Amino acid sequence: MSARDNIFRKLRAASTTTLPAPDAAISAHYASLPRTAKDQLAQEFAEKITAWHAEVHAVPRGAWLDKLKEVLAAKGIATLLYAPATAHGQALEAAGIAGLKPYDRPIDEWKQELFENVDAAITGTRGAIAETGTMIVWPDATEPRLMSLVPPIHIALVDADAVVPTLYDAITQQKWTAGGNTLPTNALLVTGPSKTADIQQTLAYGAHGPKELVVLLLTGEAQ
Amino acid sequence: MSNNTTHTLQFVPGTEFKRRAAEVVANPFLRKSFRGAMDFLMMKRAAQFPDPELLERQRDLAEHIRRYSLSKLPQLLEQLEANLTRNGVTVHWAETPDEANAIILDICRRHDTKLMVKGKSMVSEEVELNHAMHAAGIDALESDMGEYIVQLADEKPSHIIMPAIHKTKQQIAELFAAKVPGVSYTEDVDALIQIGRDVLRKKFMEAEVGLSGVNFAVAETGTLCLVENEGNGRMCTTVPNVHIAITGIEKVVEKLEHVVPLYGLLTRSATGQAITTYFNVITGPRREGEKDGPKEMHLVLVDNGRTQAFADEQLRQTLQCIRCGACMNHCPVYTRIGGHAYGTTYPGPIGKIVSPHMMGLAATHVLPGASTLCGACGEVCPVKIPIPDLLIRLREEATHDAKPGHAPLVGQGAGKTAFASFAFKGFAFLYSRPALYRLFTWTATRFRFLTPAKQAGWTDTRTPLTPAAKSLRDLLAERQNRR
Repeated sequence: MSARDNIFRKLRAASTTTLPAPDAAISAHYASLPRTAKDQLAQEFAEKITAWHAEVHAVPRGAWLDKLKEVLAAKGIATLLYAPATAHGQALEAAGIAGLKPYDRPIDEWKQELFENVDAAITGTRGAIAETGTMIVWPDATEPRLMSLVPPIHIALVDADAVVPTLYDAITQQKWTAGGNTLPTNALLVTGPSKTADIQQTLAYGAHGPKELVVLLLTGEAQ
Repeated sequence: MSNNTTHTLQFVPGTEFKRRAAEVVANPFLRKSFRGAMDFLMMKRAAQFPDPELLERQRDLAEHIRRYSLSKLPQLLEQLEANLTRNGVTVHWAETPDEANAIILDICRRHDTKLMVKGKSMVSEEVELNHAMHAAGIDALESDMGEYIVQLADEKPSHIIMPAIHKTKQQIAELFAAKVPGVSYTEDVDALIQIGRDVLRKKFMEAEVGLSGVNFAVAETGTLCLVENEGNGRMCTTVPNVHIAITGIEKVVEKLEHVVPLYGLLTRSATGQAITTYFNVITGPRREGEKDGPKEMHLVLVDNGRTQAFADEQLRQTLQCIRCGACMNHCPVYTRIGGHAYGTTYPGPIGKIVSPHMMGLAATHVLPGASTLCGACGEVCPVKIPIPDLLIRLREEATHDAKPGHAPLVGQGAGKTAFASFAFKGFAFLYSRPALYRLFTWTATRFRFLTPAKQAGWTDTRTPLTPAAKSLRDLLAERQNRR
């Protein structure tokens, strides 16, 4: 008998009756919570993630490159990692941003360079969650997962129209798993820069991941 | 599967519990560390739950989800295995710590592993993985800051969420100066964290294997969810070529939606945070065309006594646990004696109810007794495990034979002593015979001056038990006569 067989034999020997599924109770619970008005969601997200130590810049959709240039200059960012096959990646190239470094080959070929010689990375997001001030980061083949982790500064583009009230809304409204959708190899929720309180409950930022998180919150053109 | 490790668990025997507890109680530094940390964590948690009615609804919901998941555990485990396999993850099963270590060692050997970087995993502590890896010549390096500190000091975690909670920053400063090459003494917490960051970043690059725990495994999608603030968990699960996850068989839920209420309560109950910095949702190794992520991924599902708890409907509730640590943060015993005194991987109230299944009652029978039954643990538990009831149940199992029709637990009755059995039998005999009972109280009250001042064990920390001058029966009779 294998370990697997033994474990299943023991589990099946116990008397169990399947209880009612919790789905309806979960849905009713989130429906019962007070809702933030739709036009306030981006504002709530910005306030919450700022409290988590992120730097938020609300910018009109057409003007994010200008704001980015300001951020790069202010922080002295010389090398900016980006995903060349994304729409924002192409916009970066077209704008002629200095120090652009494309993530265009497998990590195995340039691991040390990524860890030691990249100042910042810019990525898109799949939206954000107002309740907790959380970004939904959805890495894929064009925009790999290490971009939001290894460089000391992470700059993220968040569309103000893609902010939802709760994580439950994100999963259900964006249909993460419904209708045959499969999750990416690594979906992420990111709420602020990396941190720890493991030494005497004292909060310190930049434990292993980014020390700084900059959010460019893309709003309607008319400001 | 080869099983050639000569692995012995390094836990301190549970019978040493009283001596170790007394040592901590006599140590003002440890007392202060734990008291301060627990007060802070209790305050932070309370601030997250301003509305007691809402909290109760959230706890009911979380309990519902966990009980539902356990009610179809075998089906969910099969579904999880099938979907993980479909996603390209190899699933392994281990009944014992030795089996789990052998599986992981085997994977490491196939990849010529010299260095394994580890994210926080209490199950890896439970099976003493580091010890087994070290014995096989593989360096298993903890990368969670607290775990890294504890490993540098050659100690064990004293708390499941904050492993280095027993250490002051001065002690950590001394430790880093002594153990990390090229580091001079600093008490600046930012500087200390930067030291850890610099050391560990090099290791993430070098390591052939990354190991992690799992907070929630989702059956329907074949997904592993990891909760963390530091980013070391993401490093361990993304940078090395091989990712091995290890967890207990009880961690599975059916759907991703079921995770949402549990995650919300986990972080708020544990550290009083509304959310952690990272929620890492992993659904398989690097896919064709992707540029990073592990090329190979494994999940080791560990029993280690969980099936024993599962077999009994009441004890099964132990497995509802989501490992938030709120029970220890609120426990008057844990706060005073700290995590190491228990001698088990999981300290505090949850440790007292889960360790007997993992290590047997012979090693742990004193632990369920180390409780005032004040009920705080049960009140704060986000998944409503009736911890005090389970403590009483385990006290019973530790001191009695199994009830007819019940399979004995490992170490059943290990806490039985001839003296206690004799004393309780004596009581039963006396109390069921009125004439004899009257004679006994008559004698005991008249000859109370003969009561010894030293009473086996009882008087070590308490005043002697002395019969009253008059029995209750006599007092009532006097009162009746006076009327």
